[in-house]
Amino acid sequence: MASETQVSYLEYQGRHKGIWSWLLSTDHKRIGLLYLYAVIVFFFIAAFLGLLMRIELIAPGRTIMEPQTYNGLFTIHGIIMIFVIVIPGLATIFGNFFLPILIGARDVAFPRLNLFSWYLYILGALLGVASQFMKSGPPDTGWTFYVPYSVESSTSVIWALTAAFILGFSSILTGLNFIVTIHRMRAPGMKWMRMPLFPWALYATAWIQVLATPIIGITLMMVIAERVLNIGFFDPALGGDPVLFQHLFWIYSHPAVYIMILPAMGVVTEIFPTFSQKPVFGYGAIVLSSLAIAFVGYFVWGHHMFTAGMSYSARWFFSFLTFIVAIPSAIKVFNWISTMYGGSIDLKPPLLYAISFIFLFMIGGFTGLVLGSLATNVQTHDTAFVVAHFHYIIFGGMGFAFFAAIHYWFPKMFGRMYNNKVANIAWGFNFVGFNLLYFPLFIIGLQGMPRRAYDYLPQFHTGHFLSTIGAFILFAGLILMVYNLIVAARRGVKAPANPWHGVTLEWKIPSPPPHENFEEIPEITSKPYFFGKKEETK
Amino acid sequence: MAVHQIHTEHTDSETGKLGMWIFLFTELFLFGGLFLVYSIFRAKYSAEFHVAAGELNAFIGTLNTVFLLVSSMTVAMALAAMQKGDRRLTLFLLMVTIILAALFILNKYFEWSHKFEYGIYPGSPVLKNMPHGELLFFGLYYMMTGLHALHVLIGMVLLSITTVRVRARRINSTRYLMLENSALYWHLVDLIWIFLFPLLYLIT
Repeated sequence: MASETQVSYLEYQGRHKGIWSWLLSTDHKRIGLLYLYAVIVFFFIAAFLGLLMRIELIAPGRTIMEPQTYNGLFTIHGIIMIFVIVIPGLATIFGNFFLPILIGARDVAFPRLNLFSWYLYILGALLGVASQFMKSGPPDTGWTFYVPYSVESSTSVIWALTAAFILGFSSILTGLNFIVTIHRMRAPGMKWMRMPLFPWALYATAWIQVLATPIIGITLMMVIAERVLNIGFFDPALGGDPVLFQHLFWIYSHPAVYIMILPAMGVVTEIFPTFSQKPVFGYGAIVLSSLAIAFVGYFVWGHHMFTAGMSYSARWFFSFLTFIVAIPSAIKVFNWISTMYGGSIDLKPPLLYAISFIFLFMIGGFTGLVLGSLATNVQTHDTAFVVAHFHYIIFGGMGFAFFAAIHYWFPKMFGRMYNNKVANIAWGFNFVGFNLLYFPLFIIGLQGMPRRAYDYLPQFHTGHFLSTIGAFILFAGLILMVYNLIVAARRGVKAPANPWHGVTLEWKIPSPPPHENFEEIPEITSKPYFFGKKEETK
Repeated sequence: MAVHQIHTEHTDSETGKLGMWIFLFTELFLFGGLFLVYSIFRAKYSAEFHVAAGELNAFIGTLNTVFLLVSSMTVAMALAAMQKGDRRLTLFLLMVTIILAALFILNKYFEWSHKFEYGIYPGSPVLKNMPHGELLFFGLYYMMTGLHALHVLIGMVLLSITTVRVRARRINSTRYLMLENSALYWHLVDLIWIFLFPLLYLIT
């Protein structure tokens, strides 16, 4: 099917030459890579800041930095990780690259808007990093910007707020683009229930991006107004209400958790059928549970505020819905396991990461229920237990799904294979390091170690010490993994069109894909994940 | 070679309009946050909100409502004129729309500067001595009308670009997506004002 007329998107020469052929490209695949490179750079900045924090916490008392520096580090670590890496990560990189291909389109609906979103993203990310180096000192409010402190702090909070606002706008535009793409650009014959599940996950995600992000936009603007104009919405001295800020903040920021995890679930849903050589189990259930998570996830924000002062009925209501939202997540876990059951499993790095995703996500999910029930929440609120929980979800869930995705689609994106052995070793470091880093935090959290604390009592020393060792192991694993991929991108063996014997559309075009994806737009006649005749799929 | 055909198929008007509609949803949610804050504080300080609303000039507010309503009509007529192929009428109606928008902003300017003369502006000493409910009312007043005025300005820029494009025949009776989308955006600006006006001016 590949012919000489098809130039790979990596070699395609458009109107612009050299670096501009990337920076001005409206090709969804190139924009996907632009996001990838940016995310890797910012990820290592934020991960390094995290490592510095862990070094500080290796022993009680001052180790390498002042308390104020520590406050700046956990703030900017959070802002970069949440707003620059985890929220946009999977959707902008793999969504941009593979959404059009998976639905049989040549590009997204608005290619120029897509490029514009990337520039907004870079602007926001740079502002976020720059806020660290402003004259008034790095912001020290934590990524949650809770009032009244975010109004009173003399540090450069406004820069960080503006950064988050711009990143939110970029996220809205990406979501909008994907919704329209999925509605209007599916290949002929691709009915809704014939669409692969990663696009389905992106579709659910995009609606949250579009409908929830404006709320954080206006909230951040109100905090800026509060700082600059003294407008009083959140200031009790002027009649305002600080808890109101928490509501507005979490109305966005809890759905944002689902912006992070839904694409991750979509990615592993693509991986399990391919490496089990078996159709996905319960296609309809996965679609419906994605939409259910997106919908119910909108109404659970109050569980972040059980100790902040809410009526009893509001608290049990939010707690109840929190338990409800666990159901569709659990349905997906059953689907993934059942997909593997009886399949011919090929334990390659992508599947290894996908399976560890389930493991870590389950730990994160169950501890989430501990936090979601009213009585235990009071004990664990604002402790290291919370830190461990959300790192298991965000890093163990979204992060490991990201690693699964990059190992799954790398041959397609770059046209080269990576070294499996090194990838497996790096996985070992990552998995062991991750658990050693975060699991002790559950225990010391239950024992009363508060989060975001610079110093601690001697009884928490062992837990913190182990955790820091884990951080080093994890960091080493990350470097090894990225090194392996960089080497592969430069000198790897040329990848075939379909190295994993996948059956979705991206495996039916050459690696790397030609500039316009498909020479002829394919006609879709059946459901995805049909592994019947293997010869046809090579 | 098919290379040159790429990106042409995406610009069909249904796709463009769907994108605009979704964007308008996000705008509604952006203002929605402020409406939420408004409703909470109004429930808490309803008596003081009534007093403070009395300070606003309902005449100017009504005048501005009329400006925006008429401009919404003229932009809709401009679209209809374009669909019928009457370019000159389209240009005329777009001009009228932009002038009405400018009058709205002018009015707003006078209204705000009048308030400033009385020392009523965010963070002012006069405001700080007022009861909390009134202070919050004026905070909301400035925030909501300010954000709305910003949208009026953005709408004016959009309509101006549209006008230039109609003049250059880049928008014509077969390709008028941008005119349609600008009109949609303008209706949204109008719609939000329809809610702001009674909530701020008419609750006395």
